[in-house]
Amino acid sequence: MFRQRKRVKLAEIEPDLIRLERRLFLKNGLSLGALTMLTGCDLTDGDAVDKVLWALSRWNDKVQAALFDPTKLAPVYTEADITKPFPFNAFYDVDDVPEIDGNDWKLEVSGLVEDKSPWPLARLRGLPQASQITRHICIEGWSAIGQWSGVPFRAFLEQVGADLKAKYVGFKCADRYYSSLDMATALHPQTILALDYGKDPLPPEYGFPLKLRVPTKLGFKNPKHIGALFVTNDNPGGYWEDQGYNWYSGS
Amino acid sequence: MAVQSIERRGRSRLHPLIVRITHWVNAYAMVCMIMSGWRIYDASPLFPFTFPGWATLGGWLGGAIAWHLAAMWLLVANGMIYLAYGLIGGHFRRSFLPLSPAAVWRDLTAALTFKLDHRLGHYNAVQRLLYVAVLLAGVLAVASGLALWKPVQLNFLSNLFGGYEITRRVHFIAMSGIVGFVLVHLALVLLVPRTLPPMITGTAKDEH
Repeated sequence: MFRQRKRVKLAEIEPDLIRLERRLFLKNGLSLGALTMLTGCDLTDGDAVDKVLWALSRWNDKVQAALFDPTKLAPVYTEADITKPFPFNAFYDVDDVPEIDGNDWKLEVSGLVEDKSPWPLARLRGLPQASQITRHICIEGWSAIGQWSGVPFRAFLEQVGADLKAKYVGFKCADRYYSSLDMATALHPQTILALDYGKDPLPPEYGFPLKLRVPTKLGFKNPKHIGALFVTNDNPGGYWEDQGYNWYSGS
Repeated sequence: MAVQSIERRGRSRLHPLIVRITHWVNAYAMVCMIMSGWRIYDASPLFPFTFPGWATLGGWLGGAIAWHLAAMWLLVANGMIYLAYGLIGGHFRRSFLPLSPAAVWRDLTAALTFKLDHRLGHYNAVQRLLYVAVLLAGVLAVASGLALWKPVQLNFLSNLFGGYEITRRVHFIAMSGIVGFVLVHLALVLLVPRTLPPMITGTAKDEH
């Protein structure tokens, strides 16, 4: 089940090259795919097909937001169900996981919030904590059950005086990853700013020092190594979302 | 409403327009779903094999999912029209019933010994069984697909299949059943090519 991405191993620049390649591949792949289709219509224009697919992906965002029940909980499991070892997955190899000194680290908060003061680890640990054993479902298809604990995100947003009527929360990560959530999901009772995996602080490969755990979204919407978050009304997109993964990707 | 109403002198109507349209729209949507589904499968194979890239659609996982979740609307909307016509309009009852194990056995043995006649506009028991089976496989594919897409929001569906991981396998089995049907279906059209034009024009010359 567990497969590391083999693409990124060499220079710093390679991830960007690969993203560019993917973006082009989306177009070429689509037009090639369209050529193999059995319609009599002219679907050979990759750009046109691309536009239709993007438009339908935005439509699917809306449908999923309408389907989302803010009180419906993701299934929870017991400790015996936890997948061991829990798979590492990122857009880079495990050797390239960022090394972060927890003593220097602070979470920065910006955008539509009243209190923009930074949050060192001790301050986050001072807030009420919650724990969950839930299934992480990867967009690739595999799934794994893990245990995460940390600050319920709703409580955090209330604590910093976030505009809860704003549309989005964006996340920026130490590994250049970025992602975003709709506010309804951000306020879901199982959405937490995870500090621990199992009984211990998050190990580097699972996102030390801070990971967003959202069991109502696919895995790639659970950013690791978060350094900053912001509340906004402009969709911040995301690393994969901007390349073509469906933005909402709710479970 | 007889299946064969007189269209022109010497020609009979075999397939109503709505069946022909939904058939070809479904063929397109299904090919999109299966080929993009194979690319999605390849991202995390359930079994020790992958589908060759040339047989897949989307170019990469993100493209494949974009195709899969776009074509699903076409598949489901078209499928609803077809099912409504089949159930309410009586198409299923007229074309697929009666269907009994004895009749299937009789027609299957006749077919395997090359004694089964093909009458245009009339389905033998083996055909009826295959059409009913592929319709059920289609329903299973859509239901398990919805359960995979929304394992939390539609968790009753996910639970019905036995949870997320079992649902993945159910979805794969439903796809396999449909692909198996398509292979038999295409092989039979190749064996009896005169069945193809009526699926486009709707009519065929009367046979005597």
